[in-house]
Amino acid sequence: MSEFPPASRPAGKRVQLMATCLCDAFYDDVAQATVEILEHLGVAVEFPAGQTCCGQPAFNGGDWPASRRVVRHTVEVFAGELPVIVPSGSCAAMMFHGAPLEFEKEPDAAAITALGNRTWELCDYIVNGLGITKWPGKLDARIALHRSCHSRGTKSGDSAAQLLASIPGVTILPFGEGEQCCGFGGTFCVSFPNISKGMGELKLDHIRAAKPDLVASLDMSCLMHFGGLAEKDGQPIVARHVAQLLRDSLKAI
Amino acid sequence: MATQQIDQFAARLRPDTKASVYDGSKKGHEKRTAVLFDHFPDANHLRELAGNIKQHVVENLDTLLPAAAAALERNGVKVHWASTAEEANAAVLAILRARGATKMVKAKTMVSEETLLGEYLEKNGVECVETDLGEFIVQIDGDHPSHIVKPIIHKNRREIATSFEKHGLGAYNDDPQTITRRARVHLRKKYLEADAALTGANFITSDTGRLVLVTNEGNSRFCLAATKCHIAMVGIEKLLPRERDLGLFLNLLARSGTGQQLTVYTEFISGPKGPAQPDGPEEMHVVFVDNGRTNALASECREILRCIRCGACLNVCPVYRQASGHAYRSVYPGPVGAVLSPLLAGDRFPELADLPKASSLCGACNEVCPVDIPIPDLLLRLRDKAKREKVPSAGAIPMTPFGVLATSPSLWRTAMTMSKAMNHLPIEVAPVNPLQAWLGQRTLPDWHGGDFRKWLKNRSAKG
Repeated sequence: MSEFPPASRPAGKRVQLMATCLCDAFYDDVAQATVEILEHLGVAVEFPAGQTCCGQPAFNGGDWPASRRVVRHTVEVFAGELPVIVPSGSCAAMMFHGAPLEFEKEPDAAAITALGNRTWELCDYIVNGLGITKWPGKLDARIALHRSCHSRGTKSGDSAAQLLASIPGVTILPFGEGEQCCGFGGTFCVSFPNISKGMGELKLDHIRAAKPDLVASLDMSCLMHFGGLAEKDGQPIVARHVAQLLRDSLKAI
Repeated sequence: MATQQIDQFAARLRPDTKASVYDGSKKGHEKRTAVLFDHFPDANHLRELAGNIKQHVVENLDTLLPAAAAALERNGVKVHWASTAEEANAAVLAILRARGATKMVKAKTMVSEETLLGEYLEKNGVECVETDLGEFIVQIDGDHPSHIVKPIIHKNRREIATSFEKHGLGAYNDDPQTITRRARVHLRKKYLEADAALTGANFITSDTGRLVLVTNEGNSRFCLAATKCHIAMVGIEKLLPRERDLGLFLNLLARSGTGQQLTVYTEFISGPKGPAQPDGPEEMHVVFVDNGRTNALASECREILRCIRCGACLNVCPVYRQASGHAYRSVYPGPVGAVLSPLLAGDRFPELADLPKASSLCGACNEVCPVDIPIPDLLLRLRDKAKREKVPSAGAIPMTPFGVLATSPSLWRTAMTMSKAMNHLPIEVAPVNPLQAWLGQRTLPDWHGGDFRKWLKNRSAKG
């Protein structure tokens, strides 16, 4: 079973974009920013229109048959050999780790693993696929970077930090217990509301103590959860996806 | 919306208990990280190696277990086998009765918590005294441990001082040194009066039959020095293939568990006392306990049997820190318990099938595990098992509608666009449970369903 994204993945400059269901539903600007920064790098982006979701909600919820149906659909939609780029560490991990786990005993396991083997989280692709480590432009911001948990063991978190830190004007602020989960966890956040909220508030306390201008993440799901907690609490935070920040930086060119 | 039992427990937790658990586990994790990586910058490779060795043990129990038993017997140890908790307790009682023993001192062992050995022996007329300070406090309080390594992580010193006063161990005094000194004075008498001593084992080496115990208080040495009969209650998975593996495992265990290079005491026991030794147990017994471990071995989650009970996954777990160990309603709490307890339960799996759901699947447990157990994967497998076995789950979100939508692109696109109405409707009153649960604590961003696709389309039309 693939623990981490495979060392060798296709990294050409024609890619398929997996926009994620959250961007499809709420965060269109994150998906747009993803397209814009990829095109800035000279990457041709294809968007398979039949795409829906990576299947993770049902996978984590324990309904593997439902999840496998969605994963099979995704594999069908993302046919071919091109790299698949996802602006989410969590959905990427679903493709190269979660899906192979739930398909271990299925006859089409190989096809599922094959898709995982060409899936990249966005920042991982930019840094380790394309070899770009410096980002142009300018952005005056003190940023708290929340390294989402599903990027553990991958190069995504470091890649995002490296790209952001290379932008003139950016300071990355460390904050307490950065490796602790924010408490989103998919369906966990509604079936364990008290624990989830406790975790989210701790995350917010640590972030606020660092006094950043904004909070950035590779995953909108985390930001939607603890950003929503902060707003409900009357103390909203500015939450941005790394792709949006990279795009905003380009505007200064 | 119905919430999970563990979440309800967390909501009811007293603020000072929560603070004790949070502070204790956070400090434990920080110490572990500092010491482990300071000494072994490449510690992750050690974890992987140790994981492979323990997996080898798990896969080869059928040969390593008889080998260990034979080696123990060669060393003069009597070996007993117990399939269940009842058999394990009965084996201990039979050994004690054969010697006419009525008083036993006991070092810390988690497997005896599984079998409720203390209560069983008391019922059968044997005094059983816990000598590990934390376990002693748990015992006088009629409480249960809430952490594998730090049984009283949920108590503060004021509570402990109160129970000491209540149980005749001196007037109220919450100075930790005073508390420890009083326990020591009380326990010294117990060691001297005892007829037998019971310990667990951190490891038994299959090649040499050496039993290894790690402690910090020296209580197990007192137990063994003062009595003539040593009984060790040991889970069948506690083996290491070779004596030479101990170097790796002792280095990892202390650092992972307590952030120490080595525990204060590490005992290597190779049998009862020899003819040249003036003191020590004349008789030594090892009771190998299954108690559901073969269920775990036969399951899709046998990796959990690698566990060496260091507690690092409890310390790092954000859910454990919020909920405390007692929330897990079983001997083993935290991430390891969420996998192990439902498996050990066998037919009673449904009663604990909610445990694997008590995780955001953040993966921190796997990252710190000294034997690299893929705990999140095992939690997921058990969620799938619970669903397959149709165990009802509080607050579960039905996934069938999601499955239907997410496999039909046209339905999906329609739902994306149509749901925009949410922005204009009073969704605060929408009869959708998960949505209400979300909105109870958080705001929801505006719905932009289909906007990205529209943007792409407009762009290509222009292009």
